[in-house]
Amino acid sequence: MTQYSAPVVTGATTPAADAPSAPVDPRRRRADLARRLRRGAWAMSLVAPAAAFYGFFVLRPLVLTLQYSFYDWNGVTQAEWVGVSNYVALVRDPQLYGSILNAFQLILFFSVVPVTLGLLAANAIRGIAATRLSVVARTVLFLPQIIPLVAAGIMWSWQLATNGLVNQFLRLIGLDGVTRAWLGDFGTALPAVGVIGAWVLLGLCMLLLLAGMTKIDTALYEAARIDGAGPVREFFSITLPSVRQEVGICITITVIAALASFDIVFTSTQGGPGNSTLVPGLQIYYLAFFQREVGMASALAVALMLLVLAVVLPLQWFARDGDK
Amino acid sequence: MVSRSGGSTRRTAAALLAGGVLVLSACSTPGAPAADEPTGGGQTFAGGEKPDCGDEPVTLKAYIETGFPLSQELFDEFTSQFPNVTFDVREDQFAVLTQNAPRVLADDPPDLMRLPQMSELASDGLLLDLDSYAEAFGWDQWPESQLEQMRVDDEGRRGNGPLYAMGLNYSTTGVFYNKELAAQIGMEEPPETLEELDAALQAAEDAGLTPMAQFNGGATGGFAFPLQALMAAYGPPADINQWIYQQPDATIDTPTNLEAAEHLQRWVEAGYFADDVNSLDYSAMMSRFIEGDSVFIFNGNWEAGTLDRDMAGNAGFFLMPPAEAGGARASMSAPLTYGISAKAANPDCAAFFFDWAATDEEARTIGVEVGGSTPMGPADGYMPPVEEGTVTAETLAAGTQVTADNGSMDFIANATGSIYAKSWTPNLQKLAAGQQDAAGMLTAVQADYENEIGG
Repeated sequence: MTQYSAPVVTGATTPAADAPSAPVDPRRRRADLARRLRRGAWAMSLVAPAAAFYGFFVLRPLVLTLQYSFYDWNGVTQAEWVGVSNYVALVRDPQLYGSILNAFQLILFFSVVPVTLGLLAANAIRGIAATRLSVVARTVLFLPQIIPLVAAGIMWSWQLATNGLVNQFLRLIGLDGVTRAWLGDFGTALPAVGVIGAWVLLGLCMLLLLAGMTKIDTALYEAARIDGAGPVREFFSITLPSVRQEVGICITITVIAALASFDIVFTSTQGGPGNSTLVPGLQIYYLAFFQREVGMASALAVALMLLVLAVVLPLQWFARDGDK
Repeated sequence: MVSRSGGSTRRTAAALLAGGVLVLSACSTPGAPAADEPTGGGQTFAGGEKPDCGDEPVTLKAYIETGFPLSQELFDEFTSQFPNVTFDVREDQFAVLTQNAPRVLADDPPDLMRLPQMSELASDGLLLDLDSYAEAFGWDQWPESQLEQMRVDDEGRRGNGPLYAMGLNYSTTGVFYNKELAAQIGMEEPPETLEELDAALQAAEDAGLTPMAQFNGGATGGFAFPLQALMAAYGPPADINQWIYQQPDATIDTPTNLEAAEHLQRWVEAGYFADDVNSLDYSAMMSRFIEGDSVFIFNGNWEAGTLDRDMAGNAGFFLMPPAEAGGARASMSAPLTYGISAKAANPDCAAFFFDWAATDEEARTIGVEVGGSTPMGPADGYMPPVEEGTVTAETLAAGTQVTADNGSMDFIANATGSIYAKSWTPNLQKLAAGQQDAAGMLTAVQADYENEIGG
């Protein structure tokens, strides 16, 4: 889409400019130019308020973050220029890069699980699209999306507690041996946080994929059935390739959610036990507001942003290639 | 021509605006120049007569911690005694206070503010130096241990130097126990030595009870309470204070502290703590203790009032027993610190409020009954009558004993701004899960400590 952006603002390729270059009266050319500039200025004045807000609230903080990352600053007194030493500390301190490794583990739960289950759920719901059950299923699966993440984190921390719903259920079916404080155990805390994320993101993926599936021409399925394809073959040969773009979007959104996670971890474990669920978002918060190392926090924020871009841009490429 | 130049001017202006935002924001060094304004860290009161709130209407701007009724009760009583003074109160959770402290003190200066760890706030020139008030009101005549923790020298070390904060009362920590469960395991009297405490814990374990459901989850490792109690049972509390105050060459990794940490590790290995301590937060610990699911908890006298209400007659309190019989008792005992912003509008009135809270009989009564803690002030200050047999009576008596034994310590969690959340807590959680041993924990915390105060 962006390749064909219309030349509205700049007015650089109006028909007049494209016209065969016959000798043109300079006065007329000047009038043309003035007209174009007038039109450009008019458009510019329409864009300006939004651009100013964008500049002030999006671009300015970005630039400031980049600037702070080269300083040693406690947020109040005069900052001291320290060059790239914050970035050097980033690769040397196991606690700092450990948080990034934790975030990558979360991708499994935040992305792979919801996208896989979302595909299956959407496919099943598509099969029963005409019935009332599909409305119920859609609503139930989407419900977690409208709950604030903080509320989801608190609710799940109760359910995963020693006497919470999860352990009560396990005891009910005789699995007393595996019950534990899921969020307080070094081995299970990170997966437990991941489960909360998967629960939240499943609904979003399901809805996006379902929307993609409704666009598929039903004639394709009829043709496949005439050729003798079963439901599995239909899914892999028609449904999955058709929603490739939606899958790409789902993966992009959920990978960003995993790498930049904060709310769920903050409300359920606060990074504990023993830093086993520490993620970069939380680490940035601790650095900036508890350790008052605004420079270090900014460096980690910049690194996190680059990391997200490095992971997400290839994904975008991959999804776009499928269109061609 | 006119329109052309007008158009290009506007366009240039827009481009300049967009670029200018970026350039301007990136030019200057962040942060205000270090306090060279006359108000920063300075004093407005020149000494002489005792300052007060005058007769004109005064509104004191207060920024306090939510969830603790003591401040509000004191404010109300103060207004009823001095009707020209009203309070404009803003409340936040302690974690929010901690985050906002530097910015609020600098940009929206309160007259009274509940302070988190204060050494950086003082050395950054954000807090008012209270020494001249201390002299005028005679605070310097009070037991020095009450004020020591609120003194910060020009290197940002606590323990010495000008007074930068004042307490509304001071706390005492120790062990609460459930009297019914204690009788069940044959503990008739509070233990006199560490050995007797070990025996009681073992008896509780043998009886199938949970000896201690001590909170240790999230970012607040509550094992710091028993750890520091054990440190003071094995070694002198003064050494621990040296470390907390960031005195030169202080280390937490000492032989007696190692003994203490190993003792804690033995408690973990013996199963004296609940299985899920690493997921227990403070409020979960309190509800389990009140429900009778824990024989002992390490905590402080700020809960005395609550326990007298919710566990009437069934809660007891003792100070951590010493390793040797008859040894001195020590306790984490910290003032409930409030400060005055260096830029406050009414510092005299705020200082007068501090003095009033420590000396007025009504205020001291509120301090004991609502705050559950010992009021600040002279050693022979007025004490309201407390009902015999209540846990409040026991904690107040304990506070007196700590003063007599000169055993008050600040909390090891207060050594630096983030030592609790980022060092003690993860290491104590690892210790609780058997992933870290005592020696490794002390080494790790000392390394974080040096890293933070050095950097």
